[in-house]
Formats: sequence, C-alpha cells, structure tokens
Amino acid sequence: MKYNSINEANEAIIERIKEARPHWIGVKPAKEAVPTLQQGYKLLHAGPPIKWDDMTGPMQGACIGACLFEGWANNEADAINLLKNGKVEFIPCHSVNSVGPMGGITSANMPMLEVKNMPHGNYAYCNLNEGIGKVMRFGAYGEDVQQRHRWMRDSLAPALNEALQLFENGIDLTAMMAQAITMGDEFHQRNIAASALLLRTLAPKLAQLNRPKDEMSKIFDFLSVTDQFFLNLAMAYCKAVMDSAATIEAGTIVTVMTRNGKDFGIKVSGLGDQWFTAPVNTPEGLFFTGYSQADANSDIGDSAITETFGVGGAAMVAAPGVTRFVGAGGLDAAIETSEEMSEIYLTHNPMLQIPSWDFQGSCLGLDLRRVVETGITPLINTGIAHKKPGIGQIGAGTVRAPLACFEKALIALAEKMDIKG
Amino acid sequence: MVQAFIKKGSFQDSVSLMLISKKLSQIEDVSEVSVMMGTPANKSLLRNTGFWNDQFDEATPNDICVGIKAEHSDIDIVALISEKLEESLKSANQQKSGSRLLKARRLETAINKLPDANLVLISIAGEYACGLANDALDHNLNVMLFSDNVSVADEIQLKQKATEKGLIVMGPDCGTSIIAGAPLAFANVTPKGNIGIVGASGTGIQEITSQIALHNQGITHAIGLGGRDLSADIGGISALTALTMLSNDSNTKIITFVSKPPAESVRKKIIQAMQQIDKPIVALFLGSKPEKMQDKNIYFANTLDEAARIACLLSKVEQAAESVPSVKGRLIYGLYTGGTLAAEAAMLLAEKLDVTTSSSHDKGIMLDAKGHKIVDLGDDFYTVGRPHPMIDPSIREQEIAALGKNNNVGVLLIDLVIGYGANQNPAESVIEGVKQAKKLRTQDNPLIVIATVTGTESDPQNRTEQINLLKENGIVVLDNLPEAVLLSCKLIDPVCHNQTKSEQPPLLKGVSVINAGLRSFAEDLQSAGIAVIHYQWAPIAGGNPQLANILKKLR
Repeated sequence: MKYNSINEANEAIIERIKEARPHWIGVKPAKEAVPTLQQGYKLLHAGPPIKWDDMTGPMQGACIGACLFEGWANNEADAINLLKNGKVEFIPCHSVNSVGPMGGITSANMPMLEVKNMPHGNYAYCNLNEGIGKVMRFGAYGEDVQQRHRWMRDSLAPALNEALQLFENGIDLTAMMAQAITMGDEFHQRNIAASALLLRTLAPKLAQLNRPKDEMSKIFDFLSVTDQFFLNLAMAYCKAVMDSAATIEAGTIVTVMTRNGKDFGIKVSGLGDQWFTAPVNTPEGLFFTGYSQADANSDIGDSAITETFGVGGAAMVAAPGVTRFVGAGGLDAAIETSEEMSEIYLTHNPMLQIPSWDFQGSCLGLDLRRVVETGITPLINTGIAHKKPGIGQIGAGTVRAPLACFEKALIALAEKMDIKG
Repeated sequence: MVQAFIKKGSFQDSVSLMLISKKLSQIEDVSEVSVMMGTPANKSLLRNTGFWNDQFDEATPNDICVGIKAEHSDIDIVALISEKLEESLKSANQQKSGSRLLKARRLETAINKLPDANLVLISIAGEYACGLANDALDHNLNVMLFSDNVSVADEIQLKQKATEKGLIVMGPDCGTSIIAGAPLAFANVTPKGNIGIVGASGTGIQEITSQIALHNQGITHAIGLGGRDLSADIGGISALTALTMLSNDSNTKIITFVSKPPAESVRKKIIQAMQQIDKPIVALFLGSKPEKMQDKNIYFANTLDEAARIACLLSKVEQAAESVPSVKGRLIYGLYTGGTLAAEAAMLLAEKLDVTTSSSHDKGIMLDAKGHKIVDLGDDFYTVGRPHPMIDPSIREQEIAALGKNNNVGVLLIDLVIGYGANQNPAESVIEGVKQAKKLRTQDNPLIVIATVTGTESDPQNRTEQINLLKENGIVVLDNLPEAVLLSCKLIDPVCHNQTKSEQPPLLKGVSVINAGLRSFAEDLQSAGIAVIHYQWAPIAGGNPQLANILKKLR
C-alpha cells in the first residue's frame, strides 16, 4: 500500500476532492461519451448491476422508452419482447464514468453533459434533465416524452454544446455551486438557484448562436422553467470528483452510492471497483394530491452521488426551502440532519460554505467506518416515482441508505487487510 | 362534484401547501382536499387528479387553488375549509425555533464541538459504562458514572487510571454532584458559599446542601463518590482525590464529608488524610456513633442536619475571620455581664484550648489559664454598692478601656444583654470602652472585639439596632457563643490568615459537560447555564462485536 495508514490514505483522498475543479465543457451523444454504446443494443442504467426481471416500474418504463427512442422497436409490446428476451445489454452508468438520475436509462443517441475535472484530467457524463411531470427518468415513455427527447437530441443539445465552445474551458461549476449553496440549493432536491445562475451565464453565448429564433426561444423557455436542470450537472460534477478520489485506491471513503430500485450499491476507495449491495428502502415524504406512500417506488437513481460527495441530504441545512421534507421541524430539523450527517463525514468542504450553518462547509469524505460505528446511514434527498411504469413523479422526500452494504464492505476491507474481527 | 375556491394573491411554497393539503384532508366532512398554487403545471395536475373546478381557470400562479372532494355534506364545506386554511397558513408562518441542545453521536464529535469539555456524565447501561468511561479518561476527561452495575474490578481499574492521570471518577452509582454550580444528575440549586462537600451518599449530599441553604450558607462544590468507594475493595480512591481537590481549592474553607461507615482500614486512611488538611472538616459516618465530638481539625457529626449545622457554624466563623485583621496579642479575654453566658464561654474556650475552667469563680473569674481569662462582671464582687452591669455597664466600659494597655490581649469576648430591665443602650457603653482601648493600640496590634447579643427584635432596645451600632464601630457580632469562641480561638492561631496557596484543581474552576445517556440531565445543565453537549450514545456498530473489533483495528 502506498499509504502507511487508513487515515493517511483518507487524507490523500480528501486532498484530491478539495483540489478537484470540474468544468462543464460540452454536450455530446452518449455513444461518443461512452464508446461501448456504439454497437449493439445497450442501455446504461442507474445503480449497481441489475437484470430486466428485477427492475422496478420506472426503470422498465424508461427502458421501453429508450427502445422506442432508438428505433429498436416500433411499439410498447415489441420493446418489452426485446427486453424480456435478453436482447438488450444493461450496463451500470457508474461503470462507464457516468451517472443517471432515477432510472438512469441512457441510450446511444441521447445527449450527455460532459464534465472535465481540470486538475486531474478525468471526465464524467450525465444525461440531460427533461423537466418535470411525465418524464422518462421516472418511467414515462409516451409520445410526448419521445417528442421531448427528440427535441433535446436535435435542438437543445447541439445548441448548448455550441454555446459552451464559446467559453474558454467551459463553465467552472465549483464557482457556480459555491454561489448557489448560499442561495438555498443543496444540489439534489433543490437546484433552482444553480439553474438560474447557469442560465444567466449561458444566455449571452446562446444569444450569439446563429440558429432560428423560434428554436432559440424554445430553448430559453425550457431552461427558464426547468428548475432541476442543474441537478444532472451537479451529478456529473460529483461523479468526476469521486472518480478522481477513487484513484487513491486505499482508505475507507465511500466513492459511489447508488440505487437501482432493488439494491443500494456502494463502492469504497480501498476496495476498488467492487460493489457492495443491500436491498433499498422506500423513500418517505410528501405526495402530490391523489398519490400516497402506497404508490411510492422503492429507492432508485444515481443521484445519491451528490450525498456521496457530501451535498444533498447532508447539506439539508443549506436549503430551507426543502427542509420540511424531513419533518415538521423546519430549519431546526435541517440543522439536526446536517449535524447528524457530519458525524459520518470526515471533514468539511471549504469551497461550499453554508451561511445557515455558520458558514461551515458542506460535508466531505463519507467514512465507511463512521457509518458502521454509529449506525448513522446517509440520508438521501430524493424524488419519488410511481411504482408503475408510465406515471412519473408523485412526490419528494428522503430515504436512508441501508446499513448492510456498509457492514459488508467493512468486513471485506478487513479481509483484504488481513484483519480478523 | 369538486367544490372549490381561490385565495387570491397569497404565495406559499409547494411544501407548505402539501402539508396543508394533508392536514385539511383529515377533516371529517371531506374525503380529500387539494391545495396548490395556480401555476399552469399545477392546474394540469389538478385536472389529472380529478380536482378540477372551472373557477381555477382564472387563478394566477400567485393564487392558492383549493379543490374539495366531499360527499353528502349539509354544512357549508367551502366556508369550513376556507377557515381551516387560514388557520393553517397562520400556524405555518409561526414556527419558532427554541434554543437548541448541542448534540453529538460520537465522543470525538462531542469533544470537537465542546473543546473545553472536562467531564463526561455517564448514565448509559452499566455493561457499556466502563468502556465509555475508559474512553473519556483516555481523552483526559473526568468522569461521573451515574450508571450502576459496574463491576468492582472495573471500578478499581477506572479509578486507578484516573488517579494516574490526575483525574477523578465519581461513581459508579453516583447520583449527585454539584461542581462549580453545575448540577450533575440529582442536585439542588444551592447558594454559593465556602463549604465543600464530599459524599458517598447522593441523597446525603442533597440533604446537607439543602440544610446549608436553610441556614443561609452556601457551598463551593459537592463531589459525589458512589456508594462503594469507601469499601475495603476500592479503598476510598476517589474519596482521597476529592479531599485533595477540596483542600487545594482556595474557595473551600470547610469540608464536609458524608458516607455510610467505611471499612475500618479505609476509615483510618480517610481520617489520616483529613488530618493533613489545614481546614476544618465535618465528618459524618452515618450510623456509627462518634466516640468524640472533635479530633484536631475534624468535627464528628451524628446526623445529616448536625453535619450541616456544624459546617454552617464553621462557615460563618471563617467569613468573620476573613473580615478582621490578624492579631498580635495571643490572649483571649472575656468580659461578660451575664453569668451563665460567661460560664458557657469559659467552658467552650477551655475545651478548645485544652485547659480547665476555674471552679471557685472567685471575683467572677470563670476561666484563668495560660493568660486567657473569662470574667463574669455580674458577680457579687463587682455589684457591691452599685447596680448590676446589665443596668449600669460603666464598670465593663472601664475594664474594656483598660485592655488597651494590655498588649498581649488580642481578642475580647463580650455579651450584650438587652430587654426589659436592661440598660437602654448597652451598645453605646461598649463602643465607648472599645474606643478608649483602641486609642492605646497601634494598627499592627489591634484588639478584636467579638460580641453576642441576647435579646429579640421586639425588645425595647431592638436587637438589630444594637447589632448595627456595634458593627458600625468595628465590633464583630456573631449569632451565638460557640461561633464567638471558635472565632476567637481561630484569630489567635498563628496560621489563621496564612492561606495555603496551591493550584486550584482545573475541574473546580468550572465544568463543561459531555452528557452520555439521559437527555434530561443535559437539559437540566443547559437550563442552569452550564456548557453541555448531549452525546446520544449508542453501542459501537449496534453492539455487533465482530464489527466493533474490526473498527478498533481500523482506527
């Protein structure tokens, strides 16, 4: 081992996380971002590896949507046939430097955001936020969903990419997030400030593009109402940072947390690419009228990469606007949540200072040992999807990571280090 | 049919409205209520979820849309929901945050959040208490173990470790301590004073402190030990530490010690340690009748209230001693107008000085030994052809004045008897005599006059007025003869004003507490203004020994 102790390795990881400066440098088709998608029927999905039969409604719905979008099937029945017969290969986004919210289903011709971690040179990718309501990430796949995806592929993505090329080195996301966290974002449940700051930065460049006025107007309309547009960038940002941290290949810091609707999976710095999984919990929260807890799909999506990095649920105190999802206590409950989370992270991020937390930085360095020691599991802020495919988002709330995957990883680490429990 | 109404121009965030929807849906007369801002997206949601009402067409994103599903209701449901909505909006805007209790889930976090912490108060299950106490000691924190069911072996190990590190472990099974005003576990709000308490008995400490308060005196600290500390097994390790702490505490002038009868070997050790301390100590070994009342600086008490009473008496004497200059003359004189008062003063003084009283009472002399003298001026010898000094105090006035010349006399004891029949203003005469005497004295050889007053507030001369007159003229007034005699003896003791100057034990300068276990203990400390963090303790790795062991090795 390159490091004399676990603490030394963890220090190195923390140092690397603090150095990271991911920039948004482009938007490109998934098959360019992830070359393996160029051949055959392949789909990226959220969470640890999963088979079609084990997928929950929203992910299955999104798979159907992707088959239709790619033209692999002409209708729902054909798509389901294709998927059931094992004709489609499933790859976790995380295995190809990517992340995807909710179902995370990404196919060859869907556009992806490209983020480059400048000091360390690594890249991370995430698909584009489609807005709210009936959307593919929550399992909807009807014609309106298809139409929006085609528009994103043909119009939104190229325009954004073109505008980004007008910046030198793209857009510095750290600077933007540092500002947005002071404006009430925690980058998982709430990204409205960051999305607004992003549009403010993009607007002058978008305006320079030589594209039809009605097309540009539609793009501006979309960006002006898509409050969670920045979420996908925040996810790619966190993925870039944590992938870079994982190169230390030692220590006890969790570098991936993600869910596929069936299992929660983590990876740990000292345990390489190995998945440690346990059955997911079901989020609890507030529901749109007409829906209830009974309709809620179990926990799903790669967006927990934000909590892996130390924002999202861990930064609840930064986002008074969403604090009541954790209970009736308002700001007090939010402080309690972040205080509780800071018990399992090793330090604080000086880049992301939180005014409502006496300018303490957001949490940094989720330590496997701390989780097992205290039994405090990471709290994840999340959207809630309907169980059935095709319906979409029905509420938002919080969910805990299951303790068992952390315990398994700890035992594996002890074995690897030849320590007997 | 969906009934509906719109509340114009009142923006609320969607989370508030979801909470309100949930609340309003629980009202008996409705089946479900949907409350949303009138944005285009919400309007389509209202349509999709079957809550549409055409009124909503005119709603703007700044208006609250309320859709109500209700079956067969004969009341005005819109009015009812409207009223309830107003109430909910009002209460949603009135959430207040109280003063938060600082909390932690790991000992290290607690220390980081409260870096000045110097004591861990442990009230977790006994089987885990020893482990946590060891962790606390490893972090150089003192420990109060409220927990019981800790083994003797663990107690010895913990207390020895604490001793090596210059710390104290109070307990196990220690119910009460009050350190620097901090109420630890069961404790009373007790005035500040100069009495320090060491106690193996929790309620014993509580009763003594409350008795002390009843006597208008106060405490410095009360250090609990737990019931087993004075057993032969433990050997009073913490009792000795506590005694040392209080002996080094300059604010503590008197030490009170309470316990059940210790093992004989331990009792000897404790008494020996007490005798090394140059402070008066009141010792109460409950249930064992003391053979003598006093052994050097140790006063033995028989009951809790007696211990408190003696401590308070000593406390008042200490305070009085601090308020007067040191004397050069080492002799005590007493000039009494009351015969029985003179007799009691003589008896008490003889006991203190280890001399004998005069049995003949010749010329009213009640005591005459080693130069000390107590005289009853009411004796026939003095009243031949003149009124009793209680009526005409001039004879004492002259005697007092004459003491000015006797440089060997440092302390003068007097009485002041008022009431019917007595002189109208006996204080005046005493003051005159003292003035005369002081004229003959230099500053470095003062004559300290200590008076007791016999009489009541209702007497014609008025007790308080007489006392005030005496005090205004530099005369020390105490409540009773034992106090007066104790003070006089103290003043002629050459070490009286030689304060031992040792480093004050850090814990006694003030406590900052990490509270592990019962949350209410932390809340009590917080309400008493003590820095405290509540450590929400839980067994490491949920009590899984394999994982806990791995964690230990992965530190």
